[in-house]
Amino acid sequence: MKASHEEQTVSVRAATRRFGSTTALDGVELSIAPGEFVALLGRSGSGKSTLLRLMAGLDSPTTGEVRVPQERMVVFQEPRLLPWKTAIQNVSLGLARDNPLEHARAALAEVGLEHRLHAYPSTLSGGEAQRTALARALVRDPKLLLLDEPFAALDALTRIRMHRLIEALWVRHNPAVLLITHDVDEALLLADRALVLDKGRIAAAIEVDLVRPRELGQPGFLGLRKRLLSAIGVHDLALPDETPPARSAPTENTLSIVPALRRQLA
Amino acid sequence: MLQSIHPSAPATTAVRRPSFAWLRVLSPLVLLALWQIASSTGLISPRTLAAPSQVLASFGSLLASGELEHHLLISLGRAARGLAFAIVLGGGLALIAGLSRTGEYIIDAPIQMFRTLPVVALVPLFIIWFGIGELPKIALVTVAAIFPIYLALYAGIRGVDANLIELAGVIGLSRSALIRHVILPGALPMALVGLRYSLAISLVILVIAEQVNATSGIGYLISDARDFMRTDVIVVGLLVYALLGLTVDVLVRWLERRLLAWRPSFVEATP
Repeated sequence: MKASHEEQTVSVRAATRRFGSTTALDGVELSIAPGEFVALLGRSGSGKSTLLRLMAGLDSPTTGEVRVPQERMVVFQEPRLLPWKTAIQNVSLGLARDNPLEHARAALAEVGLEHRLHAYPSTLSGGEAQRTALARALVRDPKLLLLDEPFAALDALTRIRMHRLIEALWVRHNPAVLLITHDVDEALLLADRALVLDKGRIAAAIEVDLVRPRELGQPGFLGLRKRLLSAIGVHDLALPDETPPARSAPTENTLSIVPALRRQLA
Repeated sequence: MLQSIHPSAPATTAVRRPSFAWLRVLSPLVLLALWQIASSTGLISPRTLAAPSQVLASFGSLLASGELEHHLLISLGRAARGLAFAIVLGGGLALIAGLSRTGEYIIDAPIQMFRTLPVVALVPLFIIWFGIGELPKIALVTVAAIFPIYLALYAGIRGVDANLIELAGVIGLSRSALIRHVILPGALPMALVGLRYSLAISLVILVIAEQVNATSGIGYLISDARDFMRTDVIVVGLLVYALLGLTVDVLVRWLERRLLAWRPSFVEATP
């Protein structure tokens, strides 16, 4: 699947990052092809955010090499909009091209916010604010889009709409995407490949060869889901017999898997 | 037990709750009336404190003669000039200390030392340095007003959300754009708090400065009245100071409304 000798958009070689005596990343190897959508999962403290920060250029590895394109953008878990600027000003700020406002307007229209151009962030809903942040990233035509749990703070319905939006935008602009998520279903719905990070190493890589458009429970979905869950280290759930899944199972991670799984098996 | 919750009042009346705002006006009026009664019955001698009616009369005659306006303008001029220097100096120092580590090392420690000095204690030194003209008065206002501006703006700059600064790096803002679009607007709410303190303090210092070897200004009016036991004129002077304080507050609130229109509280208030 990986076009091994083609020019990769991201190339991380033996990247190690230590903070004092703790090793956050331990010799990570990772390539992302142009236009590939990669999901990165793992428990809290597994090093996901550290890896994303290296790729964003916000941090540098202690040893090893991280090669990323100049044209990269990040969408964080919080929208990080400047409160004193309107939506369109936030998107156009620092945009080095002709007619920055025109481009910003187009980008906001693309995420469905043409009616909120001049709204201040304090008046935007969580979903609107995150879509503005997405527009701000896309208007810069990134070759690499880094998404750091951008839907984690949104309600379930908004999240579903965001999944569709992000997939549509990815198809249209075709950047390489790295999505950090806690949500196994989100990873399977969106990504070409799901990586599991554990103790600073890539512990598993699972090709998600499901046909698009995808939906929960389509053929092959449950199998991949089981593989992914067991790669993360969640084993004691998928028993469709009388004993209901143990309520205590969700770990420190906010893996919202129990209710969804029940629905699948019902 | 079941409890049914009914819609309370219609939405329009829900917004306007029964208001006791008139109490705020009433209680000072009652105090004023008590004061007038105490003066009229001789309970308070005019040498201790003039009656409100007498104060009002003096206020009118001082206005009519143009004396009050003359002194007020001079006082305002001194406050404005002193404050302007303070804003430029305090703001400039805060920018240097806030935006660069080196600047912080050089500037912050001396400022923190000087700010604990009581400004009034500088009066003798300022008279020796600057004589008894306009300069020591303006310099006193400046010195007193520098510190609130400096402290607030410096804290405001350092308090800007680190996440937003990181984001500015992600979207490739230059350093000057970072300062202009992220740091300064982020520090503005604090800077306005500092301005409010500085305005108040400059008025207080003015009272003191104008009672030292002055021949004009509201402070002079008061100290001159003291020599003639004119408590009515003293109270007029005090009233003017109080009105100035009120005006200054209204002014800063107006500035905040204009400059901080993006803040949630203002966004909701203005449709």
